[in-house]
Amino acid sequence: MKQTGIAVIGGGPAGLSAALEAARLGARVTLIDSEDRPGGQLVKQTHKFFGSRKQQAGVRGIDIAARLAREAVSLPGLEVWSRATVLGYYDDRVLAVERGGEFVKLRAERAIVATGASEKVLAFPNNDLPGVYGAGAVQTLMNLHGVKPGKNVLMVGAGNIGLIVSYQLRQAGVNVKAIVEAAPRIGGYLVHAAKVRRAGIRIYTGHTVKRAYGRDGVEGAVIWRLDRNWEPVPGTEKDFEVDVICLAVGLSPLADLLWQAGCRMRYIPELGGHVPERGRDLETSIPGLYVAGDVAGVEEASSAMVEGRLAGLMAAAGLGYAPADLVAVKEELHNQLAALRSGPTGVKIRQGLAQLGEPYNAN
Amino acid sequence: MLRIQEHPILRFQKGRPVRFYFDGKELEGYEGEPIAAALHAAGVKVLRESARFYRPRGFYCAIGNCSSCLMIVDGEPNVRVCTEKLREGVRVQTQRGKGDLRQIKAGEGN
Ligand SMILES: Cc1cc2nc3c(=O)[nH]c(=O)nc-3n(C[C@H](O)[C@H](O)[C@H](O)COP(=O)(O)OP(=O)(O)OC[C@H]3O[C@@H](n4cnc5c(N)ncnc54)[C@H](O)[C@@H]3O)c2cc1C
Repeated sequence: MKQTGIAVIGGGPAGLSAALEAARLGARVTLIDSEDRPGGQLVKQTHKFFGSRKQQAGVRGIDIAARLAREAVSLPGLEVWSRATVLGYYDDRVLAVERGGEFVKLRAERAIVATGASEKVLAFPNNDLPGVYGAGAVQTLMNLHGVKPGKNVLMVGAGNIGLIVSYQLRQAGVNVKAIVEAAPRIGGYLVHAAKVRRAGIRIYTGHTVKRAYGRDGVEGAVIWRLDRNWEPVPGTEKDFEVDVICLAVGLSPLADLLWQAGCRMRYIPELGGHVPERGRDLETSIPGLYVAGDVAGVEEASSAMVEGRLAGLMAAAGLGYAPADLVAVKEELHNQLAALRSGPTGVKIRQGLAQLGEPYNAN
Repeated sequence: MLRIQEHPILRFQKGRPVRFYFDGKELEGYEGEPIAAALHAAGVKVLRESARFYRPRGFYCAIGNCSSCLMIVDGEPNVRVCTEKLREGVRVQTQRGKGDLRQIKAGEGN
């Protein structure tokens, strides 16, 4: 059986930040990520990031990922396992890992789960046809592998992801016929909405998909209007000839591992679904098991990075690697999180965290 | 042509071109890219038939989470082709219904 001080599960911005923080403090860290290279969602983000200066707003996601990953591989004490998937976490602090087709056991004194989120789906007739893809899938295909998802796309969802991916589709030379949004208003930031409108893409707010059609794949989609009570209005149907329906209808925490480990979980829609109870310093109901990033509540890369640092700091401190000014460093991170969650864009997160209860559980 | 030829921000580093087989038909793709990406670029979107109602299925998440893209690869069923890498000469087949592990012949698959 292999041994490590801190196992970090997931190599997105949260996991990378956690691993870097803990290793810099002197802890022995193993970062385990299922992809070819660390970076998580960031490796597909060609746009310049929003957020605050401290969290590298204005830098492209792909460049943030590359920088964090470079730092990770050059740091002694930090080992990166790519193409490795954590399958289970057990009472004796042992992780079961599938690595390159082999089964490996890893005992870790502390573990940080930073597995991110998975995409939600939307129910409508024929939503299982080939050509109905998640926005993340479209990004992966297009921005990592250089393959277009199709010729004509109907985007569903005008949150930030729907808007950004629509723009990215345009960059790749794919036609976006329209964006459909069930809510009466655009959910994403207005800068992104302005960008897609300038590109000539029409956004239909207060509309949803009635059905998709096609034989062996999507050949078209019918949308219709929703009234004030979110009831569809017959007679308002519009038909789009598209070969792709791209769903950007939100994410939910990828929390399987937390369920399996036996963490106390709560259903909080504002945070994307089932999330773990955790103390203010991100320790779950299982001592020594921490969370950070989207798996703890769907948010943004900026807050994921700060949460990662906090979890890394606390896990390392628990093993005797606390910095002399632990309390000050910790409070600074809490302040950064509070700043990121302030203002109108942070309302949902604040409400979600409030529902978890102060200080987020009974720890 | 679904391969992106020009992109304002990204450059794509591709492996060498390789041949592979989809239901016996010879296709071309790049070594190391996901099998699903190579198939998609070649115009193949239906990857399997659903187990109960035999409906066509393609990929959905493209990152190995959802199991929508299970195919038979070199005789081994239930392979997630959205993450399985393309190799020279690999034989990919449409999976109909549930995969049957007993189909794996000695020496095939891995
Ligand atoms: C289109 C789009 C645009 C965005 N734009 C912005 C923006 O402008 N600004 C911003 O701040 N945020 C943005 N975000 C959000 C941001 O990308 C995410 O909030 C952030 O990536 C979450 O980080 P994370 O580390 O929690 O998870 P992820 O980045 O999802 O990383 C999780 C990693 O864990 C791995 N993993 C999962 N399970 C396992 C397992 N069992 N074993 C091993 N590895 C595992 C995954 O493969 C992945 O690599 C955007 C997101 C999208 C999709």
